[in-house]
Order: sequence, then C-alpha cells, then structure tokens
Amino acid sequence: MKLKLTTLALGALMAAGPAMADLVFPSLSYRTGPYAANGIPFADGYADYFTLLNERDGGIGGVKAKVIECETGYNTEKGVECYESTKGEGSLLYQPLSTGITYQLIPKVTADGIPMHSMGYGRTSAKNGSVFNYIFNYPANYWDGASVAIKYLLSENGDSLEGKKIALVYHNSAYGKEPIRTLEELAKKHGYELILLPVDHPGQEQKSQWLQVRRDRPDYVIMWGWGVMNSVAIQEAVNIRFPMDHFIGIWWSGSENDVIPAGEGADGYKALTFHNVGSDYPLFGDLKTYVLDAGKAAGAGDQVGTALYNRGLYAAMLAAEAAKTAQELSGTKDITPAQMRDGMEALEITEAKMAELGLPNFGPEFKVSCENHGGDGLGAIVQWDAKAKQWNMITDYISPDEDVLQPLIAEDSEAYAKENNITPGCN
Amino acid sequence: MIYREAGDFHTSYREDNQTFPIRFDRYRYYAVLAIAFVVIPFFINDYWANALLLPFLIYSIAAIGLNILTGYCGQVSLGTGGFMAVGAYACYKLMTAFPEVSMFIHVILAGGITAGVGMLFGLPSLRIKGFYLAVATLAAQFFLVWLFNRVPWFYNYSASGQISAPERTVFGIAVTGPNTESWATYLFCLIFLVASALIARNLTRGTLGRTWMAIRDMDIAAEIIGVNPLRAKLTAFGISSFFVGVSGALFFAVYLGAVEVGEAFGIQKSFLILFMVIIGGLGSIFGSFAGAAFLVLLPVLLKVVGADMLGWPTDIVAHFQLIIVGAMIVLFLVLEPHGLAQLWRVAKEKLRLWPFPH
Repeated sequence: MKLKLTTLALGALMAAGPAMADLVFPSLSYRTGPYAANGIPFADGYADYFTLLNERDGGIGGVKAKVIECETGYNTEKGVECYESTKGEGSLLYQPLSTGITYQLIPKVTADGIPMHSMGYGRTSAKNGSVFNYIFNYPANYWDGASVAIKYLLSENGDSLEGKKIALVYHNSAYGKEPIRTLEELAKKHGYELILLPVDHPGQEQKSQWLQVRRDRPDYVIMWGWGVMNSVAIQEAVNIRFPMDHFIGIWWSGSENDVIPAGEGADGYKALTFHNVGSDYPLFGDLKTYVLDAGKAAGAGDQVGTALYNRGLYAAMLAAEAAKTAQELSGTKDITPAQMRDGMEALEITEAKMAELGLPNFGPEFKVSCENHGGDGLGAIVQWDAKAKQWNMITDYISPDEDVLQPLIAEDSEAYAKENNITPGCN
Repeated sequence: MIYREAGDFHTSYREDNQTFPIRFDRYRYYAVLAIAFVVIPFFINDYWANALLLPFLIYSIAAIGLNILTGYCGQVSLGTGGFMAVGAYACYKLMTAFPEVSMFIHVILAGGITAGVGMLFGLPSLRIKGFYLAVATLAAQFFLVWLFNRVPWFYNYSASGQISAPERTVFGIAVTGPNTESWATYLFCLIFLVASALIARNLTRGTLGRTWMAIRDMDIAAEIIGVNPLRAKLTAFGISSFFVGVSGALFFAVYLGAVEVGEAFGIQKSFLILFMVIIGGLGSIFGSFAGAAFLVLLPVLLKVVGADMLGWPTDIVAHFQLIIVGAMIVLFLVLEPHGLAQLWRVAKEKLRLWPFPH
C-alpha cells in the first residue's frame, strides 16, 4: 500500500526514472549560487566520465551507468531533499562535494546502507573504516593536506619552521575548521606560530582579514577556501602585495576559476592537489571523440582539462573502478549498494591500471582496506603560471606526517563511535 | 451551497466566538486533523517526510512565532534565524547533558531558554520602533550566530564546530538520529505544530492578544487606555521566541540532524521566515501555515516538475525557481497585500454567498 501511494504520488517522477538495470550514480551538484564557479567543472567532469563509459564501453561491465543530477546549491537543506529524492532510485554511491552535506549524510547513509565517498573533503576521521563502515575518503583528506602543506614549507625552509608565522585563512564552517586541529598539533611539533583568520560564508567580504595579514606579516598564508571566497582572497592578497609563492591553497582553492580573475597578479600562487593536472592523457582523446564531439558533454562543455574538471573525472573514475571491483567480487553485474561498498573497500589503484584506463601518471597508487578508508594521503604542490594560464606540478607526491595524524584520527573516530554507540570492527 | 451558516444557530457567546463558527468549516478542520494524525502516518515515506512535510511543519511553527511578534504586536524582527539557533543549541546542550530525558521535555525547555533570550533582546523595543528595532534585532541575529561559532562550549568542543543530534527517544521510540521512522518524526513535529497553533490562536484572541494588537495599531493610544507597553512587548517577544526556539530545536534535532550555525541559521533564514509571514498574511494563524507551505513546497514542486518530469538541466531549473518564486512573491504582494490569508478570507466570503452573489 505504501509503495502504491508513492507510485501514485511520484508517478511521473518514477516514469522518468531509470529502468532497474542501470547503475545509478547520483550527482549532488551545484551549478548556481556563490559556489557554482567550483561546482560546475566538478559536476561536468563527473558526468562526462560516465557518459564516456556508456558511449565507448557500453557502461560498466556491460551495464549502463546513469547519473542523476540534483542541484543542492551547497545548501544542506537542499542536500537532504536531494538525498531523499534520489536514494529510492537504487543509488549506489553518494558524492556530495560539500563537507556540510557530508556531515549531514554520514548517519543517514550508514542507516540506509549506501556508501558515500567524500574525496578529499568531509569528515577526516572517516578514514577509520572500522567505525565509519560506509564512508570513504580516499585518496587524501584535509588533515593529510594540512600536513603536506607544512611538510612542503619545511622542505622550503631547511627543515625548520621555528619562529615562523603561518596564517590560516579559512571558510568559517565545518569545512574550513577541519585542518585547525592538525595545524595546531604540527605547530607544537615544529614551533611555528599559527594565526587563524575565519571568513564567513559566502566570503565576498575579506578586507579585515587581509588587513590583519598585512599587519601581522605572516611568513606564509595557507587557505581553506571554496567558491567565490577563493578568487576574492587571491585578489585581496594581490592587492596587499603579499608574495604569491608564499600563499598556498588547499586543493579546493586551486582551480583556474579562482586565479584567472586576479590576472597577472596571481602568478606564482600555489595549491595542493592529489592528482595530476592538464589534459595531456590518452583518455582525453576518447573523451573528445565520444563525448565532446558527439555533443553529449555535460554543462557547456568548456571546462575540460581544468583542475576541478579533472577531479570530477577522477572521482567518477574511482567510482567506476570500485563498481567494477564490486562486480568481480559479487559475480553479478547489477550490484547493490552493499556490494558497491565491498567493492570500494577492496579497491586497489595501481599505475598499470591507471595506464590501461588512459590516465598514466594521473594519480597516486593506493589500496583501500577496512582499517584504512582513506588511502595514503599523498599530496603534491601545483603552481599557477599566469602567462601560460596553466597549473604546473612543482613537487613529487609528498606523504603526510602519519605520526601526528593517526592519533588524531583514532581519537576523533573513537569519540564518534562512543557518541553513536558504534562498536568498531572489521568483518 | 454547503458552505453557509443558514440553520447553524449559536445560542451562547462561547459558540459564537469559536474559531470556526460555520459548521462546514469546523468539520473540515476536524477532517484535516484526522487525516494528519491518523491517515498520513500510515502512508508517509522518507521522501515525503524529510523533503516536504517536516520542513513545512517546522517552518510553520517558526512563522507562527514570528507572526505573534510582527503580525500581532507590530514589532519587526530580523533576528528569527538567531533565535532558532538559540533553540537548536539549547536543545543540543540539553540532549547531550541529559540523554535519558524525553525529547518532548528537551524541545520545550529549549523553547523556554529561547524565550528568555528573546525577552532580553526585546528590551530595546521599549525605546525604539520600526526600522530601528529591525536593526537592533539584526544585531541579535549576527551576535548569536557569532557566539555559537566562537564559543566551543556550545558545540561541545567538536573539531568541526558542527552540532549533530544523537539518538533520543520519546516513550522508547527514536525521534532524532539516523534510525528514525518517518512516521515518528512526522507525528512528533505535528504534535508541536498543533499545540503551537492552538496556544497561539487562544492567546491572540484573549486579553494578551488584544493588548498586543492595541500596541500594534497605536502604541500611544494603547498606553492611554491602560495597556502596559513593557508587559505587552516583552510578552510578545517572549512567547514569539518560545515558538521560534521550539522550531529551531526541531529543525536541528529532528529534520537536519547536523547543523552548522552560519549556514543553517544565517540572515537568510530570518528573511525566509519574515517572507513567509508577509506572504501568508500578517496577524493570521492560517497565514503562517499558508506562507510556510508556499515557500517550502513551491520550490520543491518546481524542481520536481522541471528537473524530474521535464528533464531540464538542473541549473536552469534552479534559476527558474528563483525567478518564479520571486515573481510570485511580487505578484501576490501587488494583488493582495494582506497575504494568502486574505485571499482565503475573500474566497470564504464568496463561498458563503455562492451561487447567488446578489
């Protein structure tokens, strides 16, 4: 009866819905609002990769992939609405691209038994898969990012940050607050002084923060920004003539849309990344043939090869690989969310696999296990070349300081387990 | 035809003053209540509960709260988001400090705490009016959001600064946390809404409501006929904040489950609820429901029609949503400045005479 009413009420919705045989990957995207500049390329990359798989290979293991897009506007209330409206369609995996929505959905997806992949965002301690059974955050998380940034600065300064001042300009939300604990621990270890400069949503007004940067004269500024906040911060830094090569953004503050508005001034700005940049890979040839030239690109199709487009592509690629792994493990093509979860937990990315996919040297190798849902946390530094209008990777992958991070992750995940009566364990 | 008072005789003041004096209206009201309490819980699913009904119920409570202050007492407030945050954080602190206590008590206490805070911020209303009061309540909005962001005690020192609702029960049934049944959360909020509406309706037609309306219509005249402005304004702030606090607590604990103060209770929330009250109808309990329904359900409806049925790109639909909702707000205000409640009243008047309007 319950089902009948639903069918009646959402009849039209269901009619437009998928045949049950599809593998459904909902995309909680945002193409409007103050975060759209960053949301669009990611959503395009995510959708285009699945389109490519459908067009070129006939789907994943012969089953078509279906991307259901739902606009969240980076707003948690709309995120909930999107989650509820898509979960009934047989969704296999959620990637909300918002730390706020991730926090919101962690208990919900766990209760509903649908895996969620927060790639390079979300709750860091979800790395501990024995507590967070359904949450994955490979290949890197915020605490890895913070640690990699500090390690890079150490290497720049002869392995000592004693007496240096480092300012953190962050989005005043769960997202921006994530690295503070790690940076504070690392400050104790390496003896630098940490200055915290919160920027409120949406981040268009940052005069006072950068006035403080000008007054305190930190040696380095690290930024945890997103959306319009990024381009405003970079413009403000240019305005106060802050040396750009001493300004490092997290991977979410390193897209073309963030630096281009500041023009020549942004030259030398650095950002973290956990995958390679540019479009010089064999896969992009296929993408052009099967998706772009066929007029099947998502959005305007003008974002191909940008940093966030590549990240969306990478996210979709990891999802598709996990689905393949799940198909092999379960021996069935039409996998369920639970089988998808097992596939994600057994995921192994090797260089050979990446080369076979047409993405050699694109991302690091890693292996997921129940104890480690977060991969190895490798990150690299990219630098913006304003003349050539491109990012250049200037370091190899740097591994984070696990001695500092592991205790923090254990502590935070245990606190969560205790709060929610979860008995940690791997089956 | 059926909607008329012919043959419906009132033989006492009590009967004459009831909320629904027309028999048909009264039965319709009972029918709505019966459907809401007895029928919907059996058919509700997660989507209907979490995407439509819960936000509607919770925003209705907030709109009733603001309507008491702005619609009945004439004090403009832009601090609703901040007061909702007080309710949410009070509820969170209570939930985590006394886990064994029933959620009913937590939500009511959270409303009580918000009432206190609301009265505190209502004090300036004795000296300032109109736009200036709006600015003063705006200060409350920014101050409260800043406070909950700044002081870690409020969010129990969690690393992310977010608060998330642990599982709490009412009579052994979970109403917060991830493992709730949709009928339980729905009924929980519905009980609060019905109680709020009943209390608000009875307050506004009693002595207290009359003093509020006297202050609203002309405060000097009200003072001359013996209305104490201190008492009237502070009770309006207190009671209004109580309802707003209850809605904030439900919004956080039952509906969203995890909240970030700047995003969930920012200035846009204050405006949203003010718009609900204005579009619904100032000084009308029904208007609070109508306004909440209009601003909660219409965007979802547009999304379902545009993105799911017609298959348009999601960004176009999102932009259309803004345009259509915005245009409808302007249109409604131009055609009927007294809101949806007035449209409803006019419709009822017409129905009484139908089919013989002359």
